[in-house]
Amino acid sequence: MIEYKHSVSLDVSKCKGCTHCLQRCPTEAIRVRDGKAAINADKCIDCGECIRVCPYNAKKATHDSLDCLEKYKYKIALPAPALYGQFDNLDDIDFVIQGLYDMGFDDVFEVAKAAEYVSGYTRQYLKQNGLKKPVISSACPVVVRLIRMRFPFLCDNIMPILPPVEVAGMMAREKALKEHPELSPEDIGCIFISPCPAKVSYVKNSFSGHKSNIDVVVSVSDVYFRLIDTMKKSKEPSASTEAGNVGVSWAISGGECTAVFNEKYLAADGIENVIRVLDQIENSDFPFLEFVELNACNGGCVGGVMTVANPYIARARIQSLRRYLPVSPNLHPEGDTVPPEMMLPGFEYIPTAPLSEDRKEARRMMSEIQEIRKDLPDLDCGSCGAPSCAAFAEDIVRGDICADECVVFMRKVFHDYLSAHPYERVGSEQEKNESEEN
Amino acid sequence: MLEDVVRFTFNVDGDDFSSAGAASVQVKKHLRQMGFSPEIIRRVAIAMYEGEINMVIHADGGVATVEVTDDSIVMILADKGPGIPDVELAMKEGYSTAKDNIRSLGFGAGMGLPNMKKYSDSLKIETEVGKGTTIIMTVNV
Repeated sequence: MIEYKHSVSLDVSKCKGCTHCLQRCPTEAIRVRDGKAAINADKCIDCGECIRVCPYNAKKATHDSLDCLEKYKYKIALPAPALYGQFDNLDDIDFVIQGLYDMGFDDVFEVAKAAEYVSGYTRQYLKQNGLKKPVISSACPVVVRLIRMRFPFLCDNIMPILPPVEVAGMMAREKALKEHPELSPEDIGCIFISPCPAKVSYVKNSFSGHKSNIDVVVSVSDVYFRLIDTMKKSKEPSASTEAGNVGVSWAISGGECTAVFNEKYLAADGIENVIRVLDQIENSDFPFLEFVELNACNGGCVGGVMTVANPYIARARIQSLRRYLPVSPNLHPEGDTVPPEMMLPGFEYIPTAPLSEDRKEARRMMSEIQEIRKDLPDLDCGSCGAPSCAAFAEDIVRGDICADECVVFMRKVFHDYLSAHPYERVGSEQEKNESEEN
Repeated sequence: MLEDVVRFTFNVDGDDFSSAGAASVQVKKHLRQMGFSPEIIRRVAIAMYEGEINMVIHADGGVATVEVTDDSIVMILADKGPGIPDVELAMKEGYSTAKDNIRSLGFGAGMGLPNMKKYSDSLKIETEVGKGTTIIMTVNV
């Protein structure tokens, strides 16, 4: 198996080995060992929860720096729609687009524009017969990885259409080559301005074997700080947005759903909510549901850890920015055939390692876990370095750690020992008598 | 000495409708750790989920036990509820005695027992009116 490249990482020098990230991680991928956190790459889904919660900024989102732009002769900015929600007192998206040109980009291709194409393809896709319903959006890479690891039965529900960022990259590159025949493909840099590290991982790992059209991924926050300077200087913008209400709405939870133009949808955001919804969809039938949009971050992409603004404030700004935009100026496809170049091959289950490959041995280990749990306090305090007593018991049986790392368990051992050896008790009556005799 | 069976026990709280289905999620996780196939896990999870919901809706909760052996996964759902007067009728798709407040939440569609039968290899119902019900479902591995 090819190793998955992550974009959530740890700065060991800043980590104090506390339990914040440990208990927040939705896949229990973190352990604290020898006083430092360690992320299990096989379990991490790049959701960024640990980055949000770390009080010491030891968890980081890895992304490219803006210096990378210099490598390319022709630089195309692909701003995520979440970028538009970052600015105070902005009343027109055109200022952001102009700002990107003023920052030195040669072209701007809005991901919101590509999102409208994806919305069109989604409507086409939903018309096809024999689909496993509800169809689940593939736009959030965290959700896709989560389903592939934990909800094998729902893998076929994921919509096999390229996410907007990829469509934007593909179209922007084609456009550049057409308009500037003097350019060779290596001259062109597609620079995605991303709200979250999961999209960085997506690009690094070539989605389902699909080679990405994105060359560089920078953060919304880095670009924001450049833009606020540039945007102040710019007068009335000469560039203008090509996205409509539908495309811009992809930045917020529920935005992608409204684009399917029917009411048989569900939108959930925040990783814990997403997991609960998936558990229910896997267990029950929801015949009235056609489409499910899931965003790992609270509020949708505006809640990504590489943004600046509070997600709910950003959401409100997006609502007012989109108000006078045309509904969806890009692509209203006919028929029900999605162009093959916009399709992905499908999504396979990635099983996490069981206790043992041998069924008998796995069952024996599970019995042992159950036995060990009886002695554990079920406090889930995290002092042992595992997120819960259940996870700790599993770690013991897997041979990763020794039971005496549990402070509650050891305190009991300690008390038992002391009550069996009362004469050793410091300050006890017996000890006092003994010392007086001496 | 460890037995040839792993047993998980869950107290299903009848007062807390919002947590109904939690045992099913736990069982799913354990079976995954033991390396069962996705199909087996899904069948157990659904049968278990329906059973749990039923215990909460009709019987004020109860105890769910799951026993995993080499060749089967057995779910035993025992409650001290009102019992089922007519099992044959209860097994009919669409037949439900759930109250309106439960139906308004989207439950009580009369698919609980039929689904439990559909997703398990065997379903045994021991019930006595006024005493309670025990449901034993087996999924063969």
